[in-house]
Amino acid sequence: MTPNPAVQPSFASDHRRPVRGATGRWKAGAGPAVLPLRHADGNGVPRVSLKGISLSYKTNDGSRLLALDNINLKVKPGEFLCVVGPSGCGKSTLLHLIAGLHAATSGNVLVDDKIVQGTGTDRILIFQELGLFPWLTVGQNVDFGMKMKAVPKAEREEKTQYYLRLVHLSQFKDSYTHQLSGGMRQRVALARALATEPDVLLMDEPFAALDAQTRDLLHDELERIWAETGRTIIFVTHNVREAVRLGDRVALMTFRPGRVKREYLIDLPRPRVLEDITVAKSAREILDDLREEINKSLEEQYGQKEVSA
Amino acid sequence: MKRFARHAIFYGVLIGIWVVLAKLKIWPTYVFPTPKGVAESLWAGFADHSFWIAIVVSMKRMLLGYSLSVVLGMVLGLGVASNKFLEETMGGLLVSLQSLPSICWLPLAVLWFGLTEKAILFVVVMGSLLSVTIGMETGRQQMPKIYGMAGRNLGARGFKLFWYVLLPASLPFILSGLKQGWAFAWRSLISGEMIFVSLGLGQLLMMGRDLNDMSQVIAVMMLIIAIGYIVDGLVFKTIERRLQHKWGLAPAT
Repeated sequence: MTPNPAVQPSFASDHRRPVRGATGRWKAGAGPAVLPLRHADGNGVPRVSLKGISLSYKTNDGSRLLALDNINLKVKPGEFLCVVGPSGCGKSTLLHLIAGLHAATSGNVLVDDKIVQGTGTDRILIFQELGLFPWLTVGQNVDFGMKMKAVPKAEREEKTQYYLRLVHLSQFKDSYTHQLSGGMRQRVALARALATEPDVLLMDEPFAALDAQTRDLLHDELERIWAETGRTIIFVTHNVREAVRLGDRVALMTFRPGRVKREYLIDLPRPRVLEDITVAKSAREILDDLREEINKSLEEQYGQKEVSA
Repeated sequence: MKRFARHAIFYGVLIGIWVVLAKLKIWPTYVFPTPKGVAESLWAGFADHSFWIAIVVSMKRMLLGYSLSVVLGMVLGLGVASNKFLEETMGGLLVSLQSLPSICWLPLAVLWFGLTEKAILFVVVMGSLLSVTIGMETGRQQMPKIYGMAGRNLGARGFKLFWYVLLPASLPFILSGLKQGWAFAWRSLISGEMIFVSLGLGQLLMMGRDLNDMSQVIAVMMLIIAIGYIVDGLVFKTIERRLQHKWGLAPAT
């Protein structure tokens, strides 16, 4: 893929850190601008589109359960799409389908208007559990995808350096992942995914297990890295505020079977802050719709409890 | 240092008791040798090269048999782990076969291969094969699934996925199988050599008995313990410790 050349730094030039304002937040207009990159090289062709994705599977009692029902979504090049929904709505499963780790019962995943099947380094998933390889150092983890693609060694080394610098982990290149904190591991996973230079980055609740401060920091970092690399991102979360904080667009999924209930365009200026009143207002609107779905999921759980009692 | 002192006291007392018992002359020396006699036997054995030759012969058999069973065991373990039918049927058979002491294969081996090196190799392989196989199989099954998914996601497929992801991810399990396999192979080899007369440590042991030379018997027993300890306690423990450190399983030192 060819990211927007205006925001893609060359490997030769040192990575510039954006300037932080007095509040510690990114100062608008300072350093590499944090701007949405919609339509960077799209010609109207969506980077990723999901056409009629459905998934059903056999449960233990032999009946079929419909997990995902006719999902249709289009993601523009360079767009940041957030998918929110109650737990159990199949949003993680949807990412696994896009990544090609599982096959859908019906429907197609298209990247640049071409149907994709199975895994491919054009779609890299950052797992909720990260799945960093404990037997490799941080640098080797970042290098892994490129090694599998048989990228020449010199180029791999250069890119490993570059992406580690991008996530501010250069000095931890030779550490093992268990020696790092949760937030640092997140950044290793991000660097590892970015290093394969995927068309689309799939993120499955990556910040759910982190403390609030670390998460805030990683929101800033992700927004910056997204702007610098021009990647298309599909980000799954159950946290509506997080979705509004990060996304150009938010898709709300229903509870069992998972469908796209509504899409919201988040037309707020960047960089955003989680505590912004505008973020809170947009989140409130989505949250009202989400609450309905959460109630449905609770009812189902409550109902099951009654049956078993 | 304190640890060393404790060990020194323990072994000092042990040898002391031995010396006293030997000095009391309750039993004749060819039944109950003195520590001095054993030390002399050790010295003589190394001096006339008979110990060295026995060690080399035994280790050669060990390495050959063990390498064979590692390769076979890995292939077998992978096969069993990757096929549900095999896992259910052969998995159970493997576990039950493991309760059979491998020396029980000797009569068959002698029938099939005659009194040759092949027969002893067969016993060694049968001793360690099952441990390696079971280790490999559990490794492939117990390994967290996330690593396989992450590997596929990052573009690893087929042999590359196996070599760079599945194998290292199941290494801690495989290693315990390899370690157990080595211990079983060592026991099998020595028992095989004791019955099967041709060079090696086991045969040296039996020779000591035939000559009523208990000093030599005990000296050879010490050798067998020492070699077992060096490989198990030093080689495998070191690999294990390194692996645990890398994986973050052991407390950082």
